[in-house]
Amino acid sequence: MSISHAELREVRKVFPAAGGQGDVNALGPIDLDLAKGEFIAVVGPSGCGKTTLLEILAGLTAPSGGSIAFEGRLVHGEVPDGIGVVFQEDASLPWLTVSDNISFGLRREGMDAAEIKRRVEDVIAFMGLEDFARAYPAQLSGGMRQRVCIARTLVLEPRLILLDEPFGALDQQTRLLMGDELLRLWRKTGATIFLITHAIDEAVMLADRVAVMSARPGHFIDMVKTNWGTDRDSRVVADERFGALTGRVWTRLRDESLKSVGRSANRLAAAAP
Amino acid sequence: MKRVTLVRLCVIAGSVLAVEALCRFGVISRLTLLPPSEMAAYLVRLLVSGEINQAMLQTFSNVAIAFVLAIVLGFVVGAVIHAIPRLRRACDQFLASYYSIPIFVFYPLFVSLLGLNRWPLIMIGFLFAITAMVIATLNGLDRVPPVLLKLARVHRMSRSAEALRIVLPATGPYLFTGVKLALAYSFIGILAGEFILSGGGLGYAIAYAYDAFDNRTMYALMLFVLVVVTAINSALFIWEQRLLQRRGRG
Repeated sequence: MSISHAELREVRKVFPAAGGQGDVNALGPIDLDLAKGEFIAVVGPSGCGKTTLLEILAGLTAPSGGSIAFEGRLVHGEVPDGIGVVFQEDASLPWLTVSDNISFGLRREGMDAAEIKRRVEDVIAFMGLEDFARAYPAQLSGGMRQRVCIARTLVLEPRLILLDEPFGALDQQTRLLMGDELLRLWRKTGATIFLITHAIDEAVMLADRVAVMSARPGHFIDMVKTNWGTDRDSRVVADERFGALTGRVWTRLRDESLKSVGRSANRLAAAAP
Repeated sequence: MKRVTLVRLCVIAGSVLAVEALCRFGVISRLTLLPPSEMAAYLVRLLVSGEINQAMLQTFSNVAIAFVLAIVLGFVVGAVIHAIPRLRRACDQFLASYYSIPIFVFYPLFVSLLGLNRWPLIMIGFLFAITAMVIATLNGLDRVPPVLLKLARVHRMSRSAEALRIVLPATGPYLFTGVKLALAYSFIGILAGEFILSGGGLGYAIAYAYDAFDNRTMYALMLFVLVVVTAINSALFIWEQRLLQRRGRG
């Protein structure tokens, strides 16, 4: 894990004034090196700029300052080839079957039909969606729909996978099981994974490193190495080190979360008649 | 057959039979209403004789032209208004109060602009229908989930590919509603225009029969219009339900 896969240098984001308020300094400065094949999770209080950071890294949002590079090339204006994104919201296409959803990106690339079929069948089998290939997203549960979205990203064989709270809408048991599947696909693909989450236990269970962000403007205030083996799964929650790691992350995060909550409370108080 | 469909058919059949009985037993005077069976029998005679072929052709072709123009231009206008927020703000009030405008009063203007032919009437049908399509297009475009637009960017789609592969299917159910309303409004505009202003078409034929106390022709033609419009709308409704069921909204 020594080759730098993606780099962020002095990345900042300022949103211009809206509604009579001043500019919002949302993010930064952020410096981060993602090693090739690494699994990194980012946790932080609400509104600290986690999703903005992911969108900047993906090339979906332009930073106000600093630079981003993926595989040595500057990320500028569009999502580079080799980056896949899974969003927090349901991004399945309701008018397409599961199979067509998964092949959506491949068909866009004009790939040979036989190769599309082979890849889609592989991913469907890997994600356990065999029985639902001809179903429409509306016929699936939230967890299954998110699996479809992950499968659609996976089938393109991205080298860097960005996940924005992909299990945010799922119950705890399903989250743990989906976490296991995510680890399984990480081991299989060897891709670098950048996961945004608000769940400390999920971050500690899944990642090699957990980056802790401050309240707005979000920047890293701690980087916690978990030192789990690559063959880990959700059973690490029973490991005695798990409590210590989650405790450390929460200790760093607690004050920042209070600041964030206090800011919201002040805003509400100011808006009250 | 689904239970709800069966109940619906029973209610319709029961109502028709009740009207039939009321007319046959003289509770409702023949001068007021004919028994439905007599309307249907006379309609079949009119259709077989070919007497109303010309009127049918004129009305349905006018409706078709008004409808297609309203769908195409309504979608384009809706998309343009959606793309320019200032224009949207300027148009919102107008669109909200559009149906309070008595479009028929512009018939003389349309005659002087377009000539004394079918086009003034088509213009009335078109103006009735287009706003439904514009509003449906705006409604649909407003509701495209932003995450799907991000997905388009992740897949590095061009603007045209995004419009064709993401935006158009995502707005589909709303556009379908616009299409249904545009069809209904085209029929209303054309038939009412023919009834009041024209010298041809089914609307005129109904008005002529009414003025001539020709109840059989008048009711047969009214039944015909009712059956045609209901059949088309039912077909669209069934198609829409199938599409929506796939999306979990049916």
